[in-house]
Amino acid sequence: MSSPVEDITRPASDEPFLVVDDLTVKFPTADGLVQAVTGLSYTVEMGKTLGIVGESGSGKSVSSMAVVGLHDAKRTHISGSIRVGGTEIIGLSEQRMRRLRGNEVAMIFQDALAALHPFYRVGNQLAEAYLAHHPDASKRDANDKAVAMLDRVGIPQPDQRARDYPHQFSGGMRQRAMIAMALINDPKLLFADEPTTALDVTVQAQILDLLQDLQRDFGSAIVFITHDLGVIAEMADDVLVMYGGRAVEFGTCKAVMSKPQMPYTWGLLESIPELESDPGTRLLPIPGTPPSLLHPPTGCPFHPRCRFTGDVPGDLCERELPDLVPGVEGAGHLRRCHLRNPAETLANAAEKREV
Amino acid sequence: MFGYIVRRLIAAFLVIVATSVIVFALFFYGPSNPGQVVCMATSPQCPAQRVHDYNESLGYYDPVTQQYAVWAKGLFTGRDIKFGGTSYECPAPCLGISYYTRQPVTELMKERFPATLSLAIGATMIFFPLGVVLGSLAARKRGTATDRMLVGSSLVIYSIPYYLLALLSYLYLVIIWGVFPQPEYNPFTQNPWLWFTGLILPWLVLGLATSTSYARFSRGSMVESLNEDYVRTAKAKGLSQRTVVVKHGLRAAIVPVITILGLDFATLLAGTVFTEYIFGIQGIGRQALDSIQDQNFPVISATVLIAASFVVLANLVVDILYSVIDPRVRLT
Repeated sequence: MSSPVEDITRPASDEPFLVVDDLTVKFPTADGLVQAVTGLSYTVEMGKTLGIVGESGSGKSVSSMAVVGLHDAKRTHISGSIRVGGTEIIGLSEQRMRRLRGNEVAMIFQDALAALHPFYRVGNQLAEAYLAHHPDASKRDANDKAVAMLDRVGIPQPDQRARDYPHQFSGGMRQRAMIAMALINDPKLLFADEPTTALDVTVQAQILDLLQDLQRDFGSAIVFITHDLGVIAEMADDVLVMYGGRAVEFGTCKAVMSKPQMPYTWGLLESIPELESDPGTRLLPIPGTPPSLLHPPTGCPFHPRCRFTGDVPGDLCERELPDLVPGVEGAGHLRRCHLRNPAETLANAAEKREV
Repeated sequence: MFGYIVRRLIAAFLVIVATSVIVFALFFYGPSNPGQVVCMATSPQCPAQRVHDYNESLGYYDPVTQQYAVWAKGLFTGRDIKFGGTSYECPAPCLGISYYTRQPVTELMKERFPATLSLAIGATMIFFPLGVVLGSLAARKRGTATDRMLVGSSLVIYSIPYYLLALLSYLYLVIIWGVFPQPEYNPFTQNPWLWFTGLILPWLVLGLATSTSYARFSRGSMVESLNEDYVRTAKAKGLSQRTVVVKHGLRAAIVPVITILGLDFATLLAGTVFTEYIFGIQGIGRQALDSIQDQNFPVISATVLIAASFVVLANLVVDILYSVIDPRVRLT
């Protein structure tokens, strides 16, 4: 059907399915140019999950919007390279981008009540997503497919529930429907933007299980965006920590969680309550506020909030942006920090707290 | 749903009753003298005795409550109305007899209403689609030159007083340049073409002037809806731009615009005074204005009553439409 150039499903090369290379996203606002993402690079292989962690404004959502092409093309300046299955998508025509969206690359949004259209039946909205990429399919086929997907994500009596409106679903059911809609065209790459943040904890666990099951069946690559490190620990193979529009740490989930190499990641981990810890223990918040993207701090973007700038000789942290380089832990674990051996410094600090 | 409509109809009836009471009260506690009006309509010489006789026969000296009861009863059963020695039959629904032509007001309304209805429908067919399309276009092109041009030009038209716009259009397009024929009302049932050509200029002027507020309103509503999460979802599905904007954006944006449309349409039905006057269309708006000058109370009260009924009904229709468009709205 499509020409070989457009067929992005073919094994283009041995590069990972999603390659983001030196991505920079800027947009002008009334107050000036916002540098939302700077020099971001990461890759995701088929069947793997990358967790992107960061606070609001860290650029985690903006960077994924750019990959799906949901940014406002006229107002946003994007540079760098995004390759999906070998196809460069920066500068791709709107029409070809549309063929990709919802088909090869799908997205699950945070608030399913707001993200589903209030005026259309759930089944209708799923069928619409199917028909958008299967123009030859009949309405009946699309409806059958919608019901089958609702069934697949564990919605009871799917043929009846397909005729309901989103407001008639419970929160967890709505998020399941959202997932069914994203997966209806067997996407190879799935962006999940805080998909469980609006749900209560038990429902959250069900949804995460469901996503893992589906990933096993469909073999898709998942980019999981969240600020919840607990969710990341459960879901991700690799973790990318973002701060102020930049990647500040990258490594396998285990490595990043157990031996953080960057004070910001360490701060995030320290601010989570632990199940086994003494109930009287105070959590350690990260002081200060996220950096302004209009006037980013000089040097390391985290230095105004960092507890460890004193351990770095001179005013290096204020002056110079550290590179994202492998630390002492090995080539797979990258961090952006001037500390000679951050893992050790941070481990000492953690120990001191516990004593 | 049925129970809801019944309750709303009862409420509508009460509003109409209240309106009629207020109109009655305004008339009777204001400086009015129907006998004088009736007498002056027939002869230039009016001795006090004749005025008194007319008032007597019209029941003007009865208590107000009794007069209201007689008037209200006539609405349902019809009644005879005496002007001096002559009695006029006023069949149900009786809204009174005109002080001047001595015709039942219901007849006058029936005669005049088709012209006003034609004006209202034609103008609505212009301003509603035009306003919504221009507003949606401006919203989609928000911040661009197209948007600024649309918003700017609609503001210019909006700022010109309507009667001035209508007068100038009439002066230039009909009298000086002769682009349009002399506006007039011909019944559609007699000659559809003459009906159309006679009303085309009033439709255009009224439609264009009214469309500006619809454009601005639709623009605001559309800007809001295009920012909604569900529109982003529609884009993420890979739907065409057109489907995203029309099926997902506009469908939601149109709801508040329909509310305004319902009320505006009702107001138009109650008479487009300027339009009818300037273009010489014999509708109920023009009749109402003439009646106010002539102190022809039965016609004034009938116009107010009809206007109130339209507004109340339009509200009901809008609320029912709401529940059809938005499944979250339940009428209970």
